[in-house]
Amino acid sequence: MPAKETFYDVMRKHGITRRSFLKFCSLTAAGLGLGPEFAGKLAHALENKPRTPVIWLHGLECTCCSESFIRSGNPLAGDVILSMISLDYSDTLMAAAGYQAEELLEQTIEKYDGEYILACEGNPPLNEDGMYCIQGGKPYVEKLRHMADHCKAIIAWGSCASWGCVQAAKPNPTQATPIHKVILDKPIVKVPGCPPIAEVMTGVITYMVAFDRLPPLDRQGRPKMFYGQRLHDKCYRRPHFDAGQFVEAFDDEGARKGYCLYKVGCKGPTTYNACSTIEWNGGLSWPVKSGHGCLGCAEDNFWDKGSFYSAVTNLKVAGNVEANAEKVGGTLAAAAAIGVAAHAAGTVISKATGKRSKQAEEVNNG
Amino acid sequence: MASSGVAASNDEYTGSLYVFEAPVRVWHWVHALTLTVLAITGYFIANPLPSQTGEASDSFLMGNIRLVHFSAAMVFAVGLVLRLYWAIVGNRYARGMLTPPFWERVYWRRMWHEIKMYLFLTRKVAKYRGHNPLAMMFMWLFNLWLAIFMICTGFALYSQGAGADSWADTLFGWVFLIEPSSQAVRMWHYVGMWVMVAFAIVHIYMVIRADVMSRQNGISAMIDGYRRFKDDGPRSPQ
Ligand code: SF4
Ligand code: SF4
Repeated sequence: MPAKETFYDVMRKHGITRRSFLKFCSLTAAGLGLGPEFAGKLAHALENKPRTPVIWLHGLECTCCSESFIRSGNPLAGDVILSMISLDYSDTLMAAAGYQAEELLEQTIEKYDGEYILACEGNPPLNEDGMYCIQGGKPYVEKLRHMADHCKAIIAWGSCASWGCVQAAKPNPTQATPIHKVILDKPIVKVPGCPPIAEVMTGVITYMVAFDRLPPLDRQGRPKMFYGQRLHDKCYRRPHFDAGQFVEAFDDEGARKGYCLYKVGCKGPTTYNACSTIEWNGGLSWPVKSGHGCLGCAEDNFWDKGSFYSAVTNLKVAGNVEANAEKVGGTLAAAAAIGVAAHAAGTVISKATGKRSKQAEEVNNG
Repeated sequence: MASSGVAASNDEYTGSLYVFEAPVRVWHWVHALTLTVLAITGYFIANPLPSQTGEASDSFLMGNIRLVHFSAAMVFAVGLVLRLYWAIVGNRYARGMLTPPFWERVYWRRMWHEIKMYLFLTRKVAKYRGHNPLAMMFMWLFNLWLAIFMICTGFALYSQGAGADSWADTLFGWVFLIEPSSQAVRMWHYVGMWVMVAFAIVHIYMVIRADVMSRQNGISAMIDGYRRFKDDGPRSPQ
C-alpha cells in the first residue's frame, strides 16, 4: 500500500460510494456533538490526510467490544470504519493468521513508527510473568509493551482495558491490569463499557484518525462528549426519581408504570456512559428502557460492589470479609448505643459501690 | 503551657469562667442541627421512602429531600470554615479543635487519667476549663477530620449532578482521582454518616454523664459560654 493513501481512497476501494461517505461524515460529526460545519471538515480530513493505521490488539477479554463495534446501529458507520481499520491488524477480523499476521505488526512498526494508533481490547495479566495470556508464543503483556513503544496514542476499548473488568474482579488470580497501569508513557483514551456503545467507538476512532488528536478527555481520561454525564442526568425516568416514585419489585405496579429503578439497584446515578442518550442498537433501547437497572458496567470495579440489585453497595470490612455498607454502618451506630447504655449502667453501679469511699475522701480533703 | 492550663493557679478552677465564645456556641448548635438534617436526609437518599403514587408532576419528594440535604451541606461546610477561622482568632479554648496540644506531656497524662476514669479504673475526677483531653481528641477526629472527609466526598458526589464545569467539580473533583469509582465514594460517604451518628451518640452520652458526674457543668456551658465549677477544690484528680 502506498504511504500517501487516504482513508477516502481506502473506502472507495471497498465500494463505499461518495454519497455514503458524506452521510457517514455528517452522522459521525453529529454523534460527536460537533456542529454541522464539522461534517465538511471531517470529510476534508478523511479525503486528504494520509491514512493513520490502527492496530487492534486483544488481551484478556470476551470480544464483546469487537462484537458491539461490528453491530453498529448504522451499518454504514460499521462498513466505513471497518474498511478504515481492517487493513492493518485485528486478530479477530483480519484474514491473515499465524506468522503472516504477526509479520504485519513488525511491518507497521517499520513503516509507521510513532504514527499508528494502538486500539487495545482486553488487558494483560501480569501474574506469573504474564503467562495467563499467551499470543504467538509470548506473553501478551510483552506484545502490548512492544507495540505501545512505537504507537502514537492508545485507545483502551471497554471496561477491561480501561478498568480491569471481570477478570480483574476479586481475587483477580491472574492479576489482570488495565492498560493505563501498564503503559505509562503514551496518551490513553479510555472508552469504558462492557461493551462500549458502537456509535461511541466509531465516533472516538473517527475523531482520532481524522483530526489527528485526542478527543477532549475528562479527568479519568474518557472522551467528554460521551462520558461527560451520568446516565441518571439524562435518564427519561428521572422525573419519577425526583418525584420519589420507585419500582420496589420487578413485578409491581411501579414497574408496569415505568417508575425509577433506583431502589432495585440502578447504578445510573454513579455511571458515566452514553446509554441514556445514544442508547443501544441504533437507538432501539437501553437497559433502563427495557425495565432493568444499570449495572454500572462502565465504572471502575463494578463487579466488586455487591449486589446489582441494591442501591447501597458493599464494603470491605476486614481482609476478604465484605458486607453491605448499610449493615456495617447500622451495626456501628447500634454498637455505640449499646456501649453507651452499658457504660451508663456501669456508672450507676460504680457510683453505688463507690459512694462510701468517695465520701471518706471528700472529708479528708476538707 | 497556657493552652492546656498547666501553669494556671487554682483560682482559675473556681467559681465560673467564660470559656466558649459566642461564635463557638453558635457553630456548635448549627453543626448539631445540620448534622441531624444531613443524617436523616442522607439516609433517605440511600434508602428512599416508599414509592409515591399519582402523577410524577404532582410530587417532588426525592428532589426536595436532596435539596434539603444539599442546602444543609452548604451550611455545614461554611460553618466549619468559619469555625476554623475562629480557632485561629478566638480564645485558647477555641483552638483545641484545630490543634489539640499533642506535643504536651501533660495532655497525655490527663488523657490517661480520663481513659482510666471511663474504664472505671479510678473514681477520681479532675477539673477542666475547656474540653478534657479525651473530648478534645474526639472533636479533632470527628468534628474536624471526619467532617472534612464528609465535605470532600459529599461535594464530589454533588459535582456529578452539578456538571463537569461546576465549582464543585473544580474544587472537589480530585476525589475521583483517588477513588475513580463513584459508587465507592458514595458508599464511603454513607459509611461516614454512620460513623458520625455513632460519634453523636457517644458525645451526647458523655456530655450528659459529665454534667451529672463531673466537677463542672457541661450542657449549660455550650449555651451561655460559662464554665461553672461545682467545688472549690484543686483541679488535680480527686
Ligand atoms: S432509572 Fe436509574 S438512571 Fe434512571 S432515574 Fe432512576 S436511578 Fe436514575
Ligand atoms: S445501562 Fe449501565 S450497565 Fe447497561 S450498558 Fe449502560 S452503563 Fe453498562
